Amino acid sequence: MLAPEPGIEIDGFRLGERMHVGSMASIYRLEGPKGPLPLVMKIPRLGAGERSANVVSFEQCRMVLGALSQSPHYPTLIAYGDVETTPYLVMEYIEGTRLDTWIERAPLAPQETARLGHALALALHEVHRQDVIHLDLKATNVIYRASGEAALIDFGLSCHRHLPDLLAAEFHTPVGNWVYMAPEQIAGERCDPRSDLFALGALLYQLATGKRRRLYRDPPPPRALVAATPPWLQEVILHCLEIDAAARCASAAQAAFDLANPGQVALTERAERASRAGIVKLGRHWLKARNFAPSAPPPPATDVAPLPVIVVAIATHETDEPFFEALRSATRRRVAADGGCRIACITVVPPAAALSDDTPTGRHIKQLVSLRRWAKPLGLPEERLTYHVLESDQPAVALLDYAAVNEVEEILMGPGKEAAQVVAQAPCSVTVVRAAPLS
Amino acid sequence: MKLALFADIHSNLEALTACLDHAAALGAARYAFLGDLVGYGADPVAVLELIESHAARGAIVVLGNHDAAAIGRPVHGMNLQALTAIAWTRKRLPKRQVDFLGALPLSVREDDRLYVHASAAAPERWTYVTGPRQAAQSIGATDASVIFCGHVHEQKLYYTGAGGYPMPFQPVPGTPIPTARHRQWLAIVGSAGQPRDRNTAACYALADLARARITFFRVPYDHGTAAQKIRAAGLPERLARRLERGS
Repeated sequence: MLAPEPGIEIDGFRLGERMHVGSMASIYRLEGPKGPLPLVMKIPRLGAGERSANVVSFEQCRMVLGALSQSPHYPTLIAYGDVETTPYLVMEYIEGTRLDTWIERAPLAPQETARLGHALALALHEVHRQDVIHLDLKATNVIYRASGEAALIDFGLSCHRHLPDLLAAEFHTPVGNWVYMAPEQIAGERCDPRSDLFALGALLYQLATGKRRRLYRDPPPPRALVAATPPWLQEVILHCLEIDAAARCASAAQAAFDLANPGQVALTERAERASRAGIVKLGRHWLKARNFAPSAPPPPATDVAPLPVIVVAIATHETDEPFFEALRSATRRRVAADGGCRIACITVVPPAAALSDDTPTGRHIKQLVSLRRWAKPLGLPEERLTYHVLESDQPAVALLDYAAVNEVEEILMGPGKEAAQVVAQAPCSVTVVRAAPLS
Repeated sequence: MKLALFADIHSNLEALTACLDHAAALGAARYAFLGDLVGYGADPVAVLELIESHAARGAIVVLGNHDAAAIGRPVHGMNLQALTAIAWTRKRLPKRQVDFLGALPLSVREDDRLYVHASAAAPERWTYVTGPRQAAQSIGATDASVIFCGHVHEQKLYYTGAGGYPMPFQPVPGTPIPTARHRQWLAIVGSAGQPRDRNTAACYALADLARARITFFRVPYDHGTAAQKIRAAGLPERLARRLERGS
């Protein structure tokens, strides 16, 4: 089928303005029928002279979108046409701003880069959680809604780890955008979610520096190009851009966590790197690249949760040591059950304005000291622990917000009316810990 | 319309009833039994009665190599345990059931679907579809869009990719897979009565014909009782152990 003209009707859908004509498909706004969602129709370019891959990519897109549950992080699939007769996909039209409008304005302020990256990482985590890997993440495939949430579009090259990979059979050379494609993807690996993290790193790099990374060698560190880049942001970007997938952030959730909590990023040599690899190191890389074998992809998400974050809510003003110890032993059991989890120690304090006896910074430090004192007996390595002082009049709401934004897997907290609200509304499991009764 | 597909039941009444219950709960409206109804297990008569009652209500039933052997047709390549079980089974089948098995076709074609026990290339030769090459031969022998088969006890889905060559896919139990009609598909539904992949749960598949989707399932069942019955019947001990270990 050649690209049809606006105004015609296909299976009851009336085509409006042609928004995009790509090498694989055309996209139209739909004028009718009227419904609750604005809609678009994607029609693959088929027929003489067109690539057969177009139809396969269309099928893959239909299959993957059809398997995803409804979420703001990608378009909802409304209807589709038969591949043989009238292939089309009708999807939600996502209103918002495409990531490339920010890329044009790059370099951005670090906070802005982190905000965009955080939203994008959460969207990636949502699809990874459902065993889908996007594999074609680029600036034109990310749309930010007015709410700030990121939505991924164009799943034509994606892969669902529980469904047949129709594209693997079709392409003998890797497809995608070479600026964002991870090394293992270039080597033909299509089932590693960490390939999307590499693309995330490449996009963050572009947002922070205004430069594209080059395929053949490591990019100059962001701080060498834009001196205002904070070390933590360089750490996150270069961590995502590691050649070896196993050396990258463990999951999109972790990247999101780091971008939302700059103070908690564990800084390594990457954070301070001032120049790209020298000629000797580069030569070594190239020698190594001759025998490049991608790291084995992790098992699908249903088997392993991506580096879970466990929140421990600690009321630092209390002095109930038996209770603190009970909270520690519950934490120890949780750590023993899952060696990979991170523990976020959180306390909620009233907003600074409500108190007059102390400076906000001084108060903040006191709280952090109390949190560290609580966590010290756990004996956990520093990178597994993070400390957060949240300011709010409503401790339960603050914890719930934190849990929602950071993909928290479980909350451990003491009993009380806050616990009742958290248990009722949390997006994750909540364990209410009590001290053992005195005998 | 949902069609439940069972293969290699091998006289395992506990596994078959568990799968039938599972499929009925998911709204199965039609049934297909893809051969090897008997052999190995201790309940050939009860299993056949159940399948006969489904056949009377329009179920599709095709013949398997163990069924052919059980009614005295020459079948090559069976091991000693299989032959022992076949001899044991033959003595127990009433004439009505022998006639039922004798009347079964080797394959059934319905619309764009083909039902067969082994490879569609030559059903009477009982070729195992163990890889893409055999899948290509089976798919090449028919213009059906989907072949449903058994014989190999592990679940597998082959689909034609670029150049028409079949690609193997390991289905994940419970995940529906769209089976677009412009491709050819070969679905090995897995053995209900004698799983061999170190998982004791029975295999079957459910095809949603209207939506062109197929879902593979694993159903845990009382394999202890089934194994105990094999021992009580004096059948080879190895056949009981296979059910307990799923291997």
